Amino acid sequence: MESVASTAKDRLIKSTKRKNHGESSGKVIVTLAALIIIAATLSMTIFLSIKGMQAFIINGVNPIEFLTSTEWNPTGENPEFGAFPFIFGSLAVTLMAALIAGPLGIGGAIFMTEIAPSWGRKILQPIIELLVGIPSVVYGFIALTIIVPFIRDYSSGTGYSLLAGIIVLAVMILPTITTISTDAIAAIPNHLRDGSYALGATRWQTIWKVLLPSVMPSLWTAIILGMARAFGEALAVQMVIGNVRDLPGSIFDPSATLTSIITLNMGHTTYGSIENNTLWSMGLILLLISLLFILIIRFLSARRKI
Amino acid sequence: MVTVLNRAEQKTVKRKQKITKQIKPILQTQNLSISYGENKAVQDVSLPFSKNSITALIGPSGCGKSTFLRTINRMNDIIPSASYEGEIIYEDVNILDKNIDVIALRKEIGMVFQKPNPFAKSIYNNIAHALRFYNIKKKTVLAELVEESLTNAALWDEVKDRLHESAYQLSGGQQQRLCIARTLAMKPNVLLLDEPSSALDPVSNAKIEELIMKLKEKYTIIIVTHNMQQAARISDQTAFFLNGKLIEYDKTDKIFLNPANKETEAYISGRFG
Repeated sequence: MESVASTAKDRLIKSTKRKNHGESSGKVIVTLAALIIIAATLSMTIFLSIKGMQAFIINGVNPIEFLTSTEWNPTGENPEFGAFPFIFGSLAVTLMAALIAGPLGIGGAIFMTEIAPSWGRKILQPIIELLVGIPSVVYGFIALTIIVPFIRDYSSGTGYSLLAGIIVLAVMILPTITTISTDAIAAIPNHLRDGSYALGATRWQTIWKVLLPSVMPSLWTAIILGMARAFGEALAVQMVIGNVRDLPGSIFDPSATLTSIITLNMGHTTYGSIENNTLWSMGLILLLISLLFILIIRFLSARRKI
Repeated sequence: MVTVLNRAEQKTVKRKQKITKQIKPILQTQNLSISYGENKAVQDVSLPFSKNSITALIGPSGCGKSTFLRTINRMNDIIPSASYEGEIIYEDVNILDKNIDVIALRKEIGMVFQKPNPFAKSIYNNIAHALRFYNIKKKTVLAELVEESLTNAALWDEVKDRLHESAYQLSGGQQQRLCIARTLAMKPNVLLLDEPSSALDPVSNAKIEELIMKLKEKYTIIIVTHNMQQAARISDQTAFFLNGKLIEYDKTDKIFLNPANKETEAYISGRFG
């Protein structure tokens, strides 16, 4: 109990002397954390932008040729820097992995939330979590041991191929797509389901015509986050894709991605050389395309309904 | 003079209708019990529902009236632990039978919920969508039925110029009338209304009530409500539920003016619940 003599003025008006319960030190700590994150991201982006532009500005590589030419021969007498096959490879594996993992992941999500919410979720949830936990080198190793020989047996090539990369990436991004889709579908308010069933819709009609359209932006977000992961994955892809500099003629042909070329070549090129600088340019392209993915996700989440 | 005569005539016609109604209700529950797992939510309820009448189900929260309502068009089938005993006879068929086509049943016994639940589609497509479930796909037919349903739900004049805007642009009351329109588009015989105006403001509420009164001419209506005045204003019969049991069922006037049961009286006068 306050003493009788204390007035409301004493008790309530902010005094400069009294401690403010760690208010300011807490604020300093979290502000500092935020500033460090911002500084780290910004400095990396700036550094990558500067390094990425050097090949064009200092070494005089033609940026249009870099983006469109299919000739990659950095060590020849007339070095050529056409990174198009790698850009194509990256985009191709990413898109096709999403094409496989998208329907699978969303299908799994529907199964877990709508078809068998009790046992389906109990079984699938741990499996999905397990998939997240497997390191990418293990994925690559498994693919190298199983998928590459399998493709070799059923096609004319060596087995190292675009297809092998696509399959590895599809499995790797499956958890991302499934988890986000599951959360989105599970978050649909029940009264939407009620409304549909009460109109005499079947379960399939309810899922297909009412539930999925209402979470479409979230499902696209799931797919694009998966694509962002596939696009940035280097190790597992590099182990199975074959890493050749030519444009693949079919999915059974070997190929290369921006990430696999960077990991392969960053060790044996000297810092500051043209070839090293073009690797940085590839890194910059990776960053820009990832940025594009993020922008699309932002745009989609702004359109989220319900 | 003419109007007076007409009114008198109408009264006799209504009286005759009432007599026939009492003989044969369109829908009747017989010793209906509903359980969720071990928990008995509704116990041994027998209630008749006559054609073109409004029956109000009242009672405190958790008394089983919503569960009862949701069983009439088998909405509780979605809940895996729900089970039934007894019968619901709808035009001589026990709709709790295993061989009942639930999808077809829900088309005949439509339901509107407490919270307006339009789909994430345009106003037009909210209704057209439901029709497409039944393979009505011809554009001219769809457009006609959409207009008809919206008119019947007293919403057409307010939305006819913006049919292709999102249904979420509508006010809560308009959304609820859209949901009613969507249900009417199915051309049901029975309408189940689960507190249809409890989430709405008084003006929207009045509009919904007016609409329900009008819909009585074509449909048999069963309405769950927490609003005593609403039950008294619009219903012909009232059933009072308490702890899963049917305590009293009678004409609404009788229930509100001279209830036979003490618990009914206590609830109506606001002494509990």
